[in-house]
Amino acid sequence: MSGIKRYLIRKTLIYTLTFFLAVTIDFIIPRMMPGDPIGVLLSRFATLPEATKYLHGYFVQAFGLNKPLWEQYLSFWNAVLHGDLGVSIYYYPKPVTEILKAAIPYDLALLFPALVASWFVGNWLGAIAGKNRKLDSYLMPVFYFLQASPYFWFAILLSYLFTFKLGWFPISGAYSYGIIPSLSWEFIKDYLYHWILPFLSLFMVQLGGWAIGMRNMIIYEVEADYIRYLEALGASERTLMKHAFKNAMLPQVTGLAIQLGLLVAGNVTVQIVFSYPGIGYVLMQGIMNQDYFLIQGAFLVIILTVLIANFTIDLLYALIDPRVRTSYTEEGG
Amino acid sequence: MSLLEVRNLKIYYKTPAGYVRAVDDVTFHVSKGEVFGIAGESGCGKSTLVHSLILRKPPMEHAGGEAVFKGRDLMKLSEEEARKIRYTELSIIPQYAMNALNPTKKIKDIVWDLAREHGHTNRSEVEKLLRERLAMVKLTPKVADMYPVELSGGMKQRATMVVSTLLNPDLLIADEITSALDVTTQRVVLELLHHFMEEGIVKSIIFVTHDLALLDKIADRIMILYAGKMAELGPTEEVINEPAHPYTQLLLNSLPRMGVQYKKQKLKGIPGYPISLLNPPKGCRFYTRCPYAMQQCKNEEPPLVKVGENHYAACHLLGGENQ
Amino acid sequence: MSLKRTLRIALKNSKFKVGIAIVTIMAIFALLGPLTTPFDNMGYYPIKFGSTTFPKPTTPSLPPMSQDTVYGPSGVVNVTHYLGTDSFGRDIYAQLTYGMRSSFFIGIVAGGLATLLGLLIGFVAGYKGGWTDESLMILTNIMLVIPTMALLIIIAAYLPYRGTGIESLIIGLTAWPWAARAVRAQTLSLKNREFVNLARLSGLSDLRIIFDQIMPNMVSYVFMVFILQFGGSILAAVGLDFIGLGPTRGMSLGIMLQQAVLWNAVTLGYWWWAIPPGLVIAILITGLYFINTGLDEVFNPRLRRGGE
Repeated sequence: MSGIKRYLIRKTLIYTLTFFLAVTIDFIIPRMMPGDPIGVLLSRFATLPEATKYLHGYFVQAFGLNKPLWEQYLSFWNAVLHGDLGVSIYYYPKPVTEILKAAIPYDLALLFPALVASWFVGNWLGAIAGKNRKLDSYLMPVFYFLQASPYFWFAILLSYLFTFKLGWFPISGAYSYGIIPSLSWEFIKDYLYHWILPFLSLFMVQLGGWAIGMRNMIIYEVEADYIRYLEALGASERTLMKHAFKNAMLPQVTGLAIQLGLLVAGNVTVQIVFSYPGIGYVLMQGIMNQDYFLIQGAFLVIILTVLIANFTIDLLYALIDPRVRTSYTEEGG
Repeated sequence: MSLLEVRNLKIYYKTPAGYVRAVDDVTFHVSKGEVFGIAGESGCGKSTLVHSLILRKPPMEHAGGEAVFKGRDLMKLSEEEARKIRYTELSIIPQYAMNALNPTKKIKDIVWDLAREHGHTNRSEVEKLLRERLAMVKLTPKVADMYPVELSGGMKQRATMVVSTLLNPDLLIADEITSALDVTTQRVVLELLHHFMEEGIVKSIIFVTHDLALLDKIADRIMILYAGKMAELGPTEEVINEPAHPYTQLLLNSLPRMGVQYKKQKLKGIPGYPISLLNPPKGCRFYTRCPYAMQQCKNEEPPLVKVGENHYAACHLLGGENQ
Repeated sequence: MSLKRTLRIALKNSKFKVGIAIVTIMAIFALLGPLTTPFDNMGYYPIKFGSTTFPKPTTPSLPPMSQDTVYGPSGVVNVTHYLGTDSFGRDIYAQLTYGMRSSFFIGIVAGGLATLLGLLIGFVAGYKGGWTDESLMILTNIMLVIPTMALLIIIAAYLPYRGTGIESLIIGLTAWPWAARAVRAQTLSLKNREFVNLARLSGLSDLRIIFDQIMPNMVSYVFMVFILQFGGSILAAVGLDFIGLGPTRGMSLGIMLQQAVLWNAVTLGYWWWAIPPGLVIAILITGLYFINTGLDEVFNPRLRRGGE
């Protein structure tokens, strides 16, 4: 079997297992926790007789509380696979799936550009710091400070500076109240205007991490044997950096997997600061109002997004690092 | 005719505690068509010596003397001039030959990156040459399209040898290239170097090793270094059979003798450790370990004395009026 | 490398020194800060009335260094709000210093737990190899992909009463995977070193080899893992508190920030409420990173740069 094939099978297996585990966690935790949260859940609907009736039906179907555990588990899976995540209490009677569907585009429009832009700019700045010792002593503390900042605190800082002090950008929402979302130029302008601060919060904090990682890798790679060899054979500075950069960049690609989790979490908190209507903001509403279906649904959606993104990253990695092909040919891995 | 003339070369390392005199006043030459062997224990300065010919980077510093290669003093060349000479005229197979190739670049790409910066413009020609040479060292020409991670250790070693010699350098430095290898592979490597010489791919070789037995097989002349100083220099046959310097004698004694079985031979190491090169004593540097040490050895540095045709050694036992 | 020698080399490293200085100052602030304020951990002024204490708010929304008066049973007391008060008349400085205390607590407990788990799992996987390694690494990789924050949210959301201890526990139980991976890699590289092989050949038991040969070589490494876990746990807790899943009672830096945002501290311009809680965290964690890089340079000379 070829190395790539082996690698792909292995990765698919891990991600399938992860998804399986995530759904199981989503199933088990409400049943494991003290204080019978499902009982609490039902009692919350006492004031909404109509909802209680609907929810009772849902419980029988998805939770099936009177059935044995394994049967409950199977019907939970059944519901999840059919995209049925229950009904929100806070936004009653909207189904959770519908609420999340409306929120996701806002998340993607923030997360994806923030991740990609911070990766490129961070790696670029990090490589410069790694090469240039003098610049490094100024840049490194800045990178560290960015990386050490909680995302939402950085968002608060930006909104204090750019909204309260300078009045340049709006402080909340994804667009102005008077505007109806459409593909008009006016809306896009308004949208970008609201988008910039949440984006910058994610971008800046994330950038610090990438830059530090790249800086360390470059310093490490420049001392590697293959660079010494190229240098001994008269390769120019440019060629040396080209070789070092590629190898330093590879761990940064795998690093995307870990950073993505942090970014998603950061995104949740940043949205709260800016009342930005993505999953994070929805999740906060769920938590504040003990809307368990909403919390569970948001959990699943976040994990699914991260899984898909990670799988894409792994595919990409197999294409750019030849070592994957060899390390997966034999029993290695 | 000599290709390289090294005269009174001094190479020091700058450290916070002072200068480490790794190479201290070394003089020799390498002729066209010869294999020049340099031997000594680790830390004697042999690696520093050859590396200084190629590239001096801090903390390594040139502290005196010259190294004239094809009429130009390597110590005085500008960075750009030196860069151009490297690979095309003066090349090296490093000690870490198995890890010398960037694992994530195809071998043909590595070679092209190097060749392009040394004036080559025709990529297909360079690649054709690479494939020919790979075949010459009994690798499949397909290796050119492979990544170094896909090769075994021995294959990488040979690939590195091909890469290092691709542009037919006049002088090839082989720095401890056999120390990590088993006996069979060592023989293959020596044969390949021999082959490179025969084919005229390289004109001369400086072969650095701690193993005198290997030099006996390949070198025309041998220089023995001890603690940054020359201990002995002469034709291989003479140095091996009639070593003049006590250190050379001990070094030879510590080897399993040729034709004698390992089990019967008791391996004798040389007792003690080399002195610190940070503040070397003013006398003979081998004084602390020499079985024949005399009062004179402690205080006076022994001059290089002629002990035979082209054969020199630095020891007070040999007299020492002239050179 | 002995501990004393390591420390001596480390103290020559400027990054390590800067980091240690920052963290020490913050630790002193967390430890002794509460002694320097008359207010309680919520920022109220405690008024003793017989055997019971009543927390009393003071004037709301005062800027830093404001003078204020509190009317108690024993008369009027003059107080200074070093960092002002929030919209509820609570002293910010007091909240900040008590909040630092609980951040340090979480860092040590959760970071310690995560390091321990990571060490155990990574070590067993690396040392045992084979089937054990395979299954432990699959588990680790799975945990690595699930965003810790999402996991924390789902667990914390269902706990009706949460304290700092529970919070530390769930953070510690979810943060170990990358530590496990790092420790495993380190174990693998140590396992095949000559001295370990030698010990194995000479018939030493597994446990003896682990404690005599491998562990001493990993102490420094584990310490660095702990430093990062310490910082990571503090950040995770702050985030959890901020979205409303922190301790159900009491105060923390994350809760301060949450309330500042909920009560529009930014639009009202109360920077002394919204900025300092995050700033002290960012500075503390920057200090931790500095320690880590400093140690990295000490143990890994390839990263060392001239003049340090």
